[in-house]
Amino acid sequence: MTVLQAAAQAPAGPAVPTRIGEPNAVAMVFFFAFIAITLGITYWAARRTRTTEDFYAAARSITPGQNGFALAGDYMSAASFLGIAGLVSTTGFDGLIYSTGWLVGWPVVLFLIAEPLRNLGKYTFADVVAARLRQTPVRIAAALGTLATVTLYLIAQMVGAGGLIRLMFGLSYETAIVIVGAAMLAYVLFGGMIATTWVQIVKAGLLLGGAAVLALLVLARFGMNPVALFAAAADRYGAGVLAPGKLVAAPLDAVSLGMALMFGTAGLPHILMRFYTVPDARAARTSVFYATGLIGAFYLMTFVLGFGAMVLVGPDAIKAVDKGGNMAAPLLAEVLGGTPFLGFIAAVAFATILAVVAGLTLSGAAALSHDLWVNVVRHGEADSREQLRVARVATVALGVVAVVLGILFKGQNVAYMVSLAFAIAASGNFPALVLSILWRRCTTEGIVSSMVVGTVTTLVLIWLSPTIQVDLLKNTSAWFPLKNPALVTIPLSFAVGVLVSLATRDDLAVERFAAAERRMHVGEA
Amino acid sequence: MSEHRFRSLAETRWRIAISLTAVMVAIYFGFILLIAYDKPLMGRLLTRGLSVGVLLGALVIVLSWVLTWVYVRWANTHYDAGLAELRRGEAAR
Repeated sequence: MTVLQAAAQAPAGPAVPTRIGEPNAVAMVFFFAFIAITLGITYWAARRTRTTEDFYAAARSITPGQNGFALAGDYMSAASFLGIAGLVSTTGFDGLIYSTGWLVGWPVVLFLIAEPLRNLGKYTFADVVAARLRQTPVRIAAALGTLATVTLYLIAQMVGAGGLIRLMFGLSYETAIVIVGAAMLAYVLFGGMIATTWVQIVKAGLLLGGAAVLALLVLARFGMNPVALFAAAADRYGAGVLAPGKLVAAPLDAVSLGMALMFGTAGLPHILMRFYTVPDARAARTSVFYATGLIGAFYLMTFVLGFGAMVLVGPDAIKAVDKGGNMAAPLLAEVLGGTPFLGFIAAVAFATILAVVAGLTLSGAAALSHDLWVNVVRHGEADSREQLRVARVATVALGVVAVVLGILFKGQNVAYMVSLAFAIAASGNFPALVLSILWRRCTTEGIVSSMVVGTVTTLVLIWLSPTIQVDLLKNTSAWFPLKNPALVTIPLSFAVGVLVSLATRDDLAVERFAAAERRMHVGEA
Repeated sequence: MSEHRFRSLAETRWRIAISLTAVMVAIYFGFILLIAYDKPLMGRLLTRGLSVGVLLGALVIVLSWVLTWVYVRWANTHYDAGLAELRRGEAAR
């Protein structure tokens, strides 16, 4: 997450000999090769994108292995690659807390959400929540949760992209934002989910491959033994780097952030949407197993990358290039493989952001067109042509909004926005999904209140938290003590959903439960 | 008969899914609470270069994946077989 913090700041004058921030020919070549390959994929995908099923769900033709890579691609943002490596290289063990936290949501996605979602829905998670409830209010509330999550996540990625590219390629911030916006629009607009999925797969392969090569080069210097690497770090910077430090000074903050990460993953609209791209529930299930393995392997590699940068580059040299520590992985690449490897890693980081932005935009467009336009405005009475046209208009609108917000938030510290997006997903989307899937007695009123209260209280409490009041507005104290509100908002959202359901009646929802429950397990007849 | 079979299959699936979720929650929050309330333990060195905290952190990641493997293995064999049987029963009627 701190990648975004750094991105917002001007690059400090390097105190070590590094070519970061200078136009890098290798980075340019790799980056434009990535753009060329992905646009080629988009051209191929565009000719296969004719129906809404193609556009939103890649004709349900993605295999579990492919979807495993695509899920990993959607999830592993530049923040986790650069941010965690940076955090470990400057703080040691504290950074590893993030490495574990970002993974533990995936088993929850598998156990509770993936299969029912695939069997009950079509394109968005609102399909599942609305399966036996009244369409209009549920769709509007779910679209609110989706758009809030997607917008915050998008801002964080765009601002991060602008800053990173300036730091790595020497391009201007605005140019970078416009390049990201244009490439992403091309993927989504013409190639829909087919192109977006393959962009994710290529990016996941590049990111995992790049991180693996980097990790192996580090380990080669320590007899292929990670423990020898950790020992070298402890020898040089004290045994404290292998123990918890200042990051978790307040225990409740750690628990609250942990809850947001664990349950937020299961409420991220762009992740959930991926389960519709596979043929059936069994494929959805298997794809999470692959994704968890890939993402887990990646986070284990961050242990090696982080401590490798600490020992081989040094925390002071890393902070001299960028205060947030985000250039640790690129600097490590430069030490180990010279300017060409630095260029490759820089291009991978940029490709990473581009792919995540495309996935986010597609899920936001699905909420606008499928949930709001088709199901609320047109009551499900829109033909395929109209649905596709609206989906594309929504994509362009979101693309423009992303570019404008990216430019508006230039220079702002937006690091908190990713954890805020997770908190909204965990409090606004996740409880409603779980209640509607598992609880016969839940009512339209209960679910809608749960979603609205979850989303709105998260936004309000973040505003009142030290993250905004102290860190951003420089007030001396904040009304709400926790940096992340999930500890309060997740139980609150569940409680509201249960209490309002008990206070209201929804005979139709109860009546439809048996059929929905059967479909959730057995699938379409 | 079919309704009874479906009921027991659905209940087994949720029992396993919720138990595994509880195990995951226990593992992760156990880790977080140890970090929060027992920092000296997490910093203790098992051998030169390997602290309890670093080992447990890696274990949390590995165990998460093992749990998904346990579930997928159960579902691919028992749950899917039960579903196939249900579908056959429905087709026969």
